[in-house]
Amino acid sequence: MNRFLLPLGIFIVLVAFLAIGLNRDPREVPSPLVGKPAPAFELPQLHRTEAKFAPKDLQGKVWLLNVWASWCVSCRQEHPILVELAKSGLVPIYGLNYKDQRADALKWLRQFGDPYALSIVDAEGRVGIDYGVYGVPETYVIDKAGVIRYKQIGPVTQDALEKTILPLVKELQK
Amino acid sequence: MRRLVFALVCLAAFSLGFAREAAPLAQDEAVEKRMVTISEELRCLVCQNESLAASRADLAQDLRREIREQIGQGKSDKDILEFMVGRYGDFVRYRPPLKGTTFLLWFGPFLLLVAGVAALVIVLRRRGRRVTATTLSAEEQKKADELLQLAENDKP
Repeated sequence: MNRFLLPLGIFIVLVAFLAIGLNRDPREVPSPLVGKPAPAFELPQLHRTEAKFAPKDLQGKVWLLNVWASWCVSCRQEHPILVELAKSGLVPIYGLNYKDQRADALKWLRQFGDPYALSIVDAEGRVGIDYGVYGVPETYVIDKAGVIRYKQIGPVTQDALEKTILPLVKELQK
Repeated sequence: MRRLVFALVCLAAFSLGFAREAAPLAQDEAVEKRMVTISEELRCLVCQNESLAASRADLAQDLRREIREQIGQGKSDKDILEFMVGRYGDFVRYRPPLKGTTFLLWFGPFLLLVAGVAALVIVLRRRGRRVTATTLSAEEQKKADELLQLAENDKP
């Protein structure tokens, strides 16, 4: 009996490791930018192309930067949640319109609603690279000092919003 | 005949694919070569098991453009790798640097190998001991022979 205990123990450990490994999403790569200042940029706005926006305009505020595009399918999934969040007024959402056509983007916002305080245009995806964007949609929580505190990779779900993003935002707004 | 047409269509499709991919390569051979060497060291985050050099994802194309431009600005390979790691983490490197968080990644397989060899040695030693314990002394041998003889006699 005793001689089976060790192999059984090893087997159980192996199963535990595999179970953890298989339940993790390999697409979620932890961002090295969390805890670092949000990279600076200055980009034209989507609606008023002559006006610019830079993250430093929002010093002293907690805000969300949501990377979206009209061609992005999962963005449709999270969009109603963002629209609701915008209505609640808990935290302002700024949109980074990533590698999109202006006309398509505007049409998309008319069709599905516009939750953004304003959207900025990153037509070539350069700011996206600075923010380590690799799968749209992505959402950053940025604090009063302009530091990235959290990054949601993939669509914002109701669960992620209630359990992670909103509690963090409340904490940061204090 | 139909097969031939099918083969030709496939061939045409292939050559078209290559023609499109090859377009940006022709500009500056030295830069291209360095760009490919660097991007082969980097993982494409969109299709994670492809290198940045091999991937056709949109992001990979942008990042190759970025590498090309940084080479043009005279940055070293190390600068460019640091640029990528600063944005996407150690995960983008196929050969991540050796440090606390990557220790298991680098040495885990060797630790497992050592544990396996140790287990094998222990098991083999135990088995060896069991085999030597079965040799009989002269007295035991005599007794065994007697018992065997008895068993022989009992046979009908």
